[in-house]
Amino acid sequence: MPCVLRVTSDEAKYLIVMVRSEQIRKLLSKAAGIAVLLAGGLLAASLCFGASDNPSQLPSIFDARSTPTKWIGHLSYFVLSITGLIFVVVFSLLAYAVVKFRKRPGDDGREPAQVYGSNQIELAWTVIPILIVVVLFLATARVIHSIQDAPKPENAVEVAAIGHQFWWEFRYPQLGVVTANELHIPVSAAAHPMPTFLTLLSADTDHSFWVPQLAGKTDLIPNRVNHMWMDPYQTGIFLGQCAQYCGTQHAKMLLRVYVESPQEFATWIHAQQQPAVLDENVAAGKRVFETTACINCHAVGGSVADGRFGPDLTHLMSRQTIASGAAENTKENLRLWIQKPDAIKPGSLMPAMQLSNADLDALVDYLETLR
Amino acid sequence: MSSDAIAIPNAGTEARPWVEVVHEWVTTVDHKRLGILYMVYALMFLVVGGIEATIIRIQLMRPHNDFVSPQVFNRMFTMHGTTMIFFVVIPVVFGFANYLVPLMIGARDMAFPRLNAFSFWLTAFGGFLLYFSFLGGNGLYGAGNAPDVGWWAYAPLTSRAFSPGHSSDYWTIALLVAGFGSIGTAVNIIATVLSMRCPGMTLGRMPLFAWLNMFMAGLVILAISPLTAAQAMLCVDRYLGGHFFDTQAGGSATLWMHFFWIFGHPEVYVLVIPAFAFASEIIPVFSRKPIFGYPVMVGATACIVFLSLSVWAHHMFTIGMNSYANSFFAITTFAVGVPTGIKIFNWLGTMWGGKIQFKVPMLFCIGFLFQFLIAGLTGIMQGAAPFDWQLTGSYFVVAHFHYVIVGGILFALFAAFYYWYPKITGRMLNETLGILHFCLFLIGFHLTFDVMHIPGILGMPRRIYTYEPRPGWGTLNLIVTIGAFIQGVAMLVFVVNLVYSYFKGPKAGNDPWDAWTLEWSVSSPPPPYNFASIPVVASRRPLWDLKHPEDPDSRYE
Repeated sequence: MPCVLRVTSDEAKYLIVMVRSEQIRKLLSKAAGIAVLLAGGLLAASLCFGASDNPSQLPSIFDARSTPTKWIGHLSYFVLSITGLIFVVVFSLLAYAVVKFRKRPGDDGREPAQVYGSNQIELAWTVIPILIVVVLFLATARVIHSIQDAPKPENAVEVAAIGHQFWWEFRYPQLGVVTANELHIPVSAAAHPMPTFLTLLSADTDHSFWVPQLAGKTDLIPNRVNHMWMDPYQTGIFLGQCAQYCGTQHAKMLLRVYVESPQEFATWIHAQQQPAVLDENVAAGKRVFETTACINCHAVGGSVADGRFGPDLTHLMSRQTIASGAAENTKENLRLWIQKPDAIKPGSLMPAMQLSNADLDALVDYLETLR
Repeated sequence: MSSDAIAIPNAGTEARPWVEVVHEWVTTVDHKRLGILYMVYALMFLVVGGIEATIIRIQLMRPHNDFVSPQVFNRMFTMHGTTMIFFVVIPVVFGFANYLVPLMIGARDMAFPRLNAFSFWLTAFGGFLLYFSFLGGNGLYGAGNAPDVGWWAYAPLTSRAFSPGHSSDYWTIALLVAGFGSIGTAVNIIATVLSMRCPGMTLGRMPLFAWLNMFMAGLVILAISPLTAAQAMLCVDRYLGGHFFDTQAGGSATLWMHFFWIFGHPEVYVLVIPAFAFASEIIPVFSRKPIFGYPVMVGATACIVFLSLSVWAHHMFTIGMNSYANSFFAITTFAVGVPTGIKIFNWLGTMWGGKIQFKVPMLFCIGFLFQFLIAGLTGIMQGAAPFDWQLTGSYFVVAHFHYVIVGGILFALFAAFYYWYPKITGRMLNETLGILHFCLFLIGFHLTFDVMHIPGILGMPRRIYTYEPRPGWGTLNLIVTIGAFIQGVAMLVFVVNLVYSYFKGPKAGNDPWDAWTLEWSVSSPPPPYNFASIPVVASRRPLWDLKHPEDPDSRYE
């Protein structure tokens, strides 16, 4: 019968400690370097992508341009360093064990010391994680409270965002502005903070407002009112999209946030507050618009069209994209969108309008005047 | 204890009509046969779910791809998730529990053999019903097909207004039926473990496999019930004029979310605790040491079971709960990481000081340890609610949970297949093919799921059939897709190994791994009655005591 080495719990502890002190230090430093490189590599890879020519075009969560995302960023670096450290320690132990305690060729076939456990070691690796949890929780709760319970200042810009399948409605109730898909907000300098507070609603299914550089995502849930805020400290165009599956065209419910200087924002607001441009030259197209089903879904300020199912078209040409970011706002795309929406966004709720070519051309000419 | 077989008169050497063989399998109440039925069923659906995943990955390998339409894509991710969770992982863990728990506790069968069979066929029928939706989902309206509402089927997307036709009904009813099957098996496992252990096997001497499957079964009963209730409420909404989730009529979308995630989070522990059970049996044998800290392993799993019932709304951090609610779920989420981490340390402690043999089951277990560690840490990251406000709903969380399910659970499952296949079939799986399977799958897995974290960080949401050409998104998604194909090849190697070894594998004998639990005391495959005479045990490792009579475990614990 092979002889079996049997140790008590105390002897096992001694053996383990002995083995540890000699080799662990050496291996830990080596493995730490490798593991940190590995763990950091992932982060570095993603941060690298931020360094492109047009930084705003990459909606990276680590490219914070607003206070909530900055705070989230700090918390995430803290959490990443703790989890990174845990990974390095545990991975090193695993790598060490796999190498050191492998069965060697020419092994004598004896079973190793049958160790059943160790109360002290198990207590240690229970208490330390509990302490880590406490620290993580305190850091987390602090940021939750700072973001969610931030008071709304007097001069905050108020926007109601209403989610639809598959587009965004934006209303500025105090300014009398209704628009769609492209949100304009003022930059919020440290000296003169001017944050934007959004009220989030939905007309149909669940959606989620996610512009990674400006704020964490918050859902738009029907029959519920949610709130979020952002205070971008740089101008630019920031991209995002719906982040809660809402149906067939969830993928193309894109978001654009234009952060502008206070003057540019005021100019934009003023332009949006005007009724629709009335151009005599496109009367034929306006007639097509007002005598087909268009007015059932769309609104054009100052005309008979006051449908609310689809985007407000009063200042359609002030937007750079149509179909909630699915296509550039060009004459060809606009024509195609009305004639055959499935070519741009199959499954969207815009119907193919079945217009003759002549009517369609006139209609597009009319829409092109809605600046 | 005797492992002599009792001769069965007229034990079939002559060929029997295939109808008779099929009838025997369809009407069996033998836990071993039902276990095999569950496992084969799960493997079939693993292939189907894998095909769905491949379609998803081909569509996403470059921006604005048009491999499939958005409608088909949305059905694919819905069916992929639903299939993998309800008709792959749950059946396969039930299969292993069914096969092994009676053998490990020295019993002849489960407590309720006919309930066992009934539960299997309920689950099987549920799967077929779900897939019938591809054909029958058109119903009276000519609308709908396979369900396309996501595997969580959030309200009000599932209301008649937004999901016409019957596709959502197939999702609801198939899972409702399969849920009853799961509850039946769970009841059976608990009753078996509590009342059918052989003489001498106190609860404290039971293999961890039996403990952990009992915990899993308890969680099934607690978790499936709210899902079944919610599905019944959804049926009432859709057909009986109810408005539970009908927001147009004042109902609540968040009500569905709470019900679903009170099921959904414990559900993922239902999936992972059996993986822990596999690791807890396999790692000791290939380290040649007993499990380190058996009582703490039991206690930690009990803690996980309880704590997992308190974390569900970490799937709902973005729905607009107040800061106190978000903080509560953040701390419970962090807390559940403590017992989970303890288990990783105990497995490490088992390997420490051992003589590790790198047989294929152990290779997969080491992969499981490494990957489950990472998966747990990305879970902790998302427990920090503000960080989750960025990460949830993106490819980061998709990478996280696939890391748990594929990198953790599937790796442990592969280890279990290689470890217990000899017991079930009497033949060893081919070692070379096994190593090839492991290496290919490891490479493919890491290529896909390590890289997949990055698009999430760069702002790519989940459940999108296409995406804009943002910097990096296309290249990263292409790499993810390549990794998926490599994993597909690895799966092919595995299936070839399973089939080839069944016919040509070397005979295994009773105990090819020199292991210590009772299933290795009987022949491979075991006789229908399992044990000629019921064993009597005096320790946690009865076969160790037999092999080392001068130094039995019973002297020490």
